[in-house]
Order: sequence, then structure tokens, then C-alpha cells
Amino acid sequence: MFDDLRDLYQEVILDHGRKPRNFRRLEDADRHGRGDNPMCGDRMELWVKLDPEGRLDDVAFQGKGCAISMASASLMTETVRGKSQAEARQLGETFRALAMTGTCPDCGGALEEEMERLQVLGGVSEFPSRVKCATLAWHTLNTALDNAGKEASSE
Amino acid sequence: MDAAAVTGERGRVFDLARIRADFPILSQKIRGKDLVFLDSGASAQKPRQVIEAMVRLQETGYANVHRGAYFLSESATAAYEAARGAVAKFLKAGTEREIVFASSSTAAINLVAHSYGSLLKPGQAVVVSEMEHHANLVPWFMLRDRAGIELRICRVTDAGELDLDDLEAKLADGKVGLVAVTHMSNVLGTVTPAAQIARMAHEAGAKLLLDGSQAAVHRAVDMQALDCDFYVFTGHKLYGPTGIGVLWGRLELLEKMPPFLGGGDMIAEVTLEGFLPAPVPARFEAGTPPITEAIGLHAAIDYVEAIGMAAIEAHERRLVDHAMARFSTLDGITLLGHAQDRGGVFAFALDNAHAHDLATLLDRVGIAVRSGRHCAEPLHARFGVESTCRASFGLYTTEAEVDFLAEALGKAREFFR
Repeated sequence: MFDDLRDLYQEVILDHGRKPRNFRRLEDADRHGRGDNPMCGDRMELWVKLDPEGRLDDVAFQGKGCAISMASASLMTETVRGKSQAEARQLGETFRALAMTGTCPDCGGALEEEMERLQVLGGVSEFPSRVKCATLAWHTLNTALDNAGKEASSE
Repeated sequence: MDAAAVTGERGRVFDLARIRADFPILSQKIRGKDLVFLDSGASAQKPRQVIEAMVRLQETGYANVHRGAYFLSESATAAYEAARGAVAKFLKAGTEREIVFASSSTAAINLVAHSYGSLLKPGQAVVVSEMEHHANLVPWFMLRDRAGIELRICRVTDAGELDLDDLEAKLADGKVGLVAVTHMSNVLGTVTPAAQIARMAHEAGAKLLLDGSQAAVHRAVDMQALDCDFYVFTGHKLYGPTGIGVLWGRLELLEKMPPFLGGGDMIAEVTLEGFLPAPVPARFEAGTPPITEAIGLHAAIDYVEAIGMAAIEAHERRLVDHAMARFSTLDGITLLGHAQDRGGVFAFALDNAHAHDLATLLDRVGIAVRSGRHCAEPLHARFGVESTCRASFGLYTTEAEVDFLAEALGKAREFFR
């Protein structure tokens, strides 16, 4: 009945949605942010530990939400580890373009390998109401890096 | 089954196939699939009779109302006031002066919160319940914050019914000026015991506002029998247009209430020193009203009354019984609330899928349900769930559609296994 939805819900997504990686609280975090899509009920909290050069040494999150939002957050925590803050923000921007358009003209650059991992979420572009589920984690990461104490929302 | 013909009130036949043929949108295909529209609780679809009445007015009878001495304005005014008369009859109001047109239920509740709310004194309280739509919650928070009125929240039982013992406790000190509760929950489907709540409120010296946004669609509502003091409902859930809602209030209460919005039509006299407000209901209808929408609402009321509210209620009762029976055979589905008296609104959660993932799957096969918190965040918190999917029925919903939903839910659970 739902076979054509396997493009959206690939096994990787279902797996990360069921068993999100880095799903924990970081007690000694340097950056912290919250994200909420109040209309859907997706909510998350994100922690970042920076190394002495300001790179993302460890990234972890906790939250509740749909498979897309949890899988996206899980994949993000794995993808941005070891990146500089500028690289992490750049990844987020490229990912948002991918999620909205389904295409990724900037994916061939320095972050090619990382974007390849995130391609599994490109299917959301066909579901306009679900794009914000996929991008919430990245908005939350920006909020954490800004450390402005505000709450992120992709609605 | 789609063509089920059941004898309705006064021998009229509830002909589902014919009813469905009145709704042009129901023959739409969604990605090549039949539309299974189960989101009427958010906004119902419109029969051709409503659409045509609105087009007819715009093409042949439209002008502003209460303002012109020319033919079209007079005939538009007559049509607008005839809509008020139809609403009065629909609600069994004492007089059509008790019918105030607003832009929505939300606007009508805000009107009462501002206008009647201004007559409450600091130290007095308003009671709402945990199962209110945000529209019957936030205006009262705003009144609390603006005027120092205490807000008390009546609890809901695990079954999803209003906790009448708690209501009694909340009313006990005699400080409550108004009880404002839903007549039918937009999440749980619970129909609240209005006459009993009215008795309790009145014995404690409080007035009662019922939010009938859901209830007025599913059964006959009689202002004399309900014995409430204010009742609100909205056009777009009653197969009418958006942009029009109704406030019914007891005449002696409305006459004591100050205006809410200021502007044209709500005044008896204006000088550069000030103004005198118009008598009710004009006092509460500032500005050019939703004229075409009032005519659409009139057509919608004519439509449901021609079928018969009792016949609609009986049809939906069969659907609810059928849905309860089908849902009870499904594994992994939790229904929110199981009130004794309920209408055709079901909020549910699947044990292995989030509401949004489930809604995306259902959409793929043409089923439209709402997902999220349905403008009732505190109620979801009360039941300890982040979000749910909600299926809500209309007079055009069929048992076959309920069966298809049940089948899809089973398949969705397998999909996420």
C-alpha cells in the first residue's frame, strides 16, 4: 500500500529514527540550543562540545518527534563532528537547499562526502509540510552555535 | 454501503450517495486515488448549494448592508438579516436579536471575553477546562492578565470527560462569574453534559458559555433546552464558508454588555465628543460584516436542515459505533478518550510511528487526517502524548471510508515495523 514511500522512508532513516545516535545529554557542553516545531510536536535539545580550536568535538541531542526529525538530528550529529563552526553552518545551509529543492548543486565541493550521507533525506522535498521536520536539527544547531539563548523553529 | 438509504426524521431519507454528489470536491482524485476526507473537524467541505448561493449573491444581489437607500443594498440587507433569522431558528433562540455575527468562533469568544469580561470584577474567576481548543483558552488567559480575573482550569477524567466533581469544587466559593467550556471536544469527541453544567454554574451564580464549534455540526442544539447563556459556533465547520461565526447570547445579557470593536454599524450616534452604541445585535457588529459569508451560512443551515439534524446525528452515531468496533480490532492503536457520549472525532496514536509520519503515509493513499496537537496543546500534555492523528467525520463520511482508514492503519504499522 505504501511501497512508493520507501524513497522518503529509506532504511537508513527508519534506523536512525528508531535508534538515534548521540542521543544523550552533554553535561560539559560549551553550546546549547533548543528547537521546537509547535504545530507538529517536534522538540529537541542540542549540546555541542568545542575543542580548543573551536571545532565541534562532540554533538549530542535529545528530543521527541517524527522519524524524519529524529533521523535528521541523528545524522547531523555524526556529520558535523570534527568540523569547524563555519563548515557546520555551511553544511546546514547546503542541507536546507537539498531538503527544499531535492537537488544539490553545491554538493560537489569540499563537503561532498558529508552531503552524500545526508542525501537520504533529499526525498522530503516532495513533501512540503515535512521539510521543516528535516531542517529543525540544523536550525537548532545554528541557535546553539549562536548561543543566543533563543529557541529555534523551522516553522 | 455508500448508497445507504436510511429513513431520517419525519420520514425523510438519508441518502448518502445523493448527499455525496452535492459535494463537488469529493469526486476529486488525490494522486490518482479517491479522496477520503477525514478532516471535517478542522474545516468541512461545501455542498454545491452553499457555493452557488454565494456566487448568486455576488453576481446578482451584492451591495453593502445597512447603508444604502437603493435597491441592491436593501435586498442585500434583507438577505443578510434573513440569514440572522435562519441562525436564530437553527439554534431555537428566543429572538433573532440574540444572534451576533462575528468572523469566527474565535472572534465570538474574544468578543465575550472582552465585553462580558469587562463586567467581571477583580477577585472574580472564570472556569475553563483542560480539553479546550486554544480559542477557548487563550482569550481567558488574556482577560486574566489584563483584568486580574482568576482563571480556574477544570480537570478532565482519564476517560476524557469533564470532571464534574472538580467543576463543583471550582465553583464552590461562589466567586466564579463565568464557566466557558466546550460542548464537544475537537480532540476527544467528548460531548459535555451541557444542561447539567448549566445547572451547576447557575446554582453557583455563574453564567455559562458553550463552545459549540464542533457540537453544532453533529447534532441539533436548542438554546432553550441547553439553558446556557452564551453559545458560539462557526460557519466553515457547518459546511458553510470561512469568515463567519455566530455568537448567541441571552438578550438581557447582551444588552448589558459594552461594545467590543468600534466602527461603522455599531453606533446609534457619533459626534466629535463621543458616541452612543447601537442596540444589540448591531452594537457588536462593527464594520462591514461578512455579507456573502452570511448568505453562505444561511444556505448551509438550509442544507443540513433539509437533511435533518437528527438524521445527521443518527448517521454519525452509526459511523462512530462502526469506527469504535474497527479500531478495537487494531493492534498498536491508542485512542485518546473514551467518553460515553461522543461524536465523530477520533484522536489516536500508533505505537511505532509518530503522528506526522503516519499522516504522510495516509495522505499517500488519499486519506486526509489532521496531525499534531489540534490547537489543544494542554490536552495532549494531560494525556502525556506529544501529538496525535485525528480523523473527524462529516455527514458525507461513509463506513467504507472508515474501513479503508482502519486497513491503512494496519498497513502503516507494518511499514514502520
